[in-house]
Amino acid sequence: MRDVDAGEITSAVKSLSMEANYYLGDDVIKALSAAAEKEESPLGKEIINQILENAGIARTEDMPLCQDTGLSAIFVELGQEVHLAGDGLEEAIQEGIRQGYGQGYLRKSMVEDPLRRKNTGDNTPAVISVRIVPGDKIKITILPKGGGSENMSAIRMLKPSDGESGVKDFVVETVRNAGGNPCPPIIVGVGVGGSFDKCAYLAKRALLRKVGSVHPDPYYAEMEKELLKRINNTGIGPQGLGGRITALAVHVETHPCHIASLPVAVNTQCHSARHKEIVI
Amino acid sequence: MEAIKLNPPLKDEDIKKLHSGHKAIITGYIYTARDAAHKKMVELLEKNQSLPFDPTGQIIYFVGPTPAKPGQVIGSAGPTTSGRMNRYSPVLLKAGLKGMIGKGEMGPEVIKALREYKGVYFVATGGAGALIAKKISESEIVAYEELGPEAVRRLKVTDFPVIIAQDCHGGNLFTEGVEKYGR
Repeated sequence: MRDVDAGEITSAVKSLSMEANYYLGDDVIKALSAAAEKEESPLGKEIINQILENAGIARTEDMPLCQDTGLSAIFVELGQEVHLAGDGLEEAIQEGIRQGYGQGYLRKSMVEDPLRRKNTGDNTPAVISVRIVPGDKIKITILPKGGGSENMSAIRMLKPSDGESGVKDFVVETVRNAGGNPCPPIIVGVGVGGSFDKCAYLAKRALLRKVGSVHPDPYYAEMEKELLKRINNTGIGPQGLGGRITALAVHVETHPCHIASLPVAVNTQCHSARHKEIVI
Repeated sequence: MEAIKLNPPLKDEDIKKLHSGHKAIITGYIYTARDAAHKKMVELLEKNQSLPFDPTGQIIYFVGPTPAKPGQVIGSAGPTTSGRMNRYSPVLLKAGLKGMIGKGEMGPEVIKALREYKGVYFVATGGAGALIAKKISESEIVAYEELGPEAVRRLKVTDFPVIIAQDCHGGNLFTEGVEKYGR
């Protein structure tokens, strides 16, 4: 067993929440730069250039890329040989969010009850998913998820007979319905299979993949390519004002499922595709 | 394409000159409000009470900024999704408001109100909060401080860049754009 102090987790989460909100990943910058070249709409091109300029200002001035600094989605891979000393894992993470969002001048966007809607004042609680894995390390990933893009996500329980074309049509339909709302150019996270809840989780986890990476399974790599083409043919374009670049990438994650089921979930991610990770 | 210069308060004549697809830059004072403040303001109007500011000719920016760091006027301040204000904007347009700034398309009830009361809906680049903050030189809370990021603020802006998305003539850049670039 390896002892890890819970305080170490708190300080890691605090730093991650600030870094993720200030510094856009190189993979996203690269994809946006390529998109600015390819975009045929002059207005669309101008919008993508503004997004790139914004990322530059955020990086040099330690300013949030977007005023919506998100719900904090946290993914933990906890090595089974780790012994946590001090606070519990959950409390250590929540305290990290509290400190990061406070000291980092990030917006507090969480309400304590979905209907009575009083702001918690410190952006807690984060939504945490934990996987127990072999080893003695802890990997923590933060994905600050904006409300505008999250709201345009959708899930559907298809029939197995709907097959591949049913899945693809649902993904394109979801993006079309979202229009300019989720701040295109977007990244489209797709979950296929698993159960109702697992499928939504897959779609979110798909957003963690690097933009520009190719799916390891050639079958799904081809599907991602085709979906990206169909999505960009919608003409929605940057901010929904028309153009050839609606999405930068489509990422599919799959899981085995029941003989009667074919769940599919789409998690839309705005161009401010922020995530940062650390291994302790 | 040269950007049209606008200085609120705006009049019907100013609005009639604006067509979807054109760029504009705004200099002067604008007001901020999002979901919670809109709900409160519409409740006031429904009770025939006055708003925290006179909406005549003014522009509301749908934004909930991040807190300002020491030395800053405002934190990141990009637009939020406008469709959530579909229920409220027609009531404010009727009360004299002339424009809204946000992101994403507004609904048929707003399109109708833009035509009826001569209003305009502008889009600012969603997710460009740090860039847009550079155009804001003053920020003052005028109402609902308890709402935190959702408080109503009066902002002084200079050359604030927007795109005319939905106009008073029925122009709608969202549908026009898809028609032009869809394949």
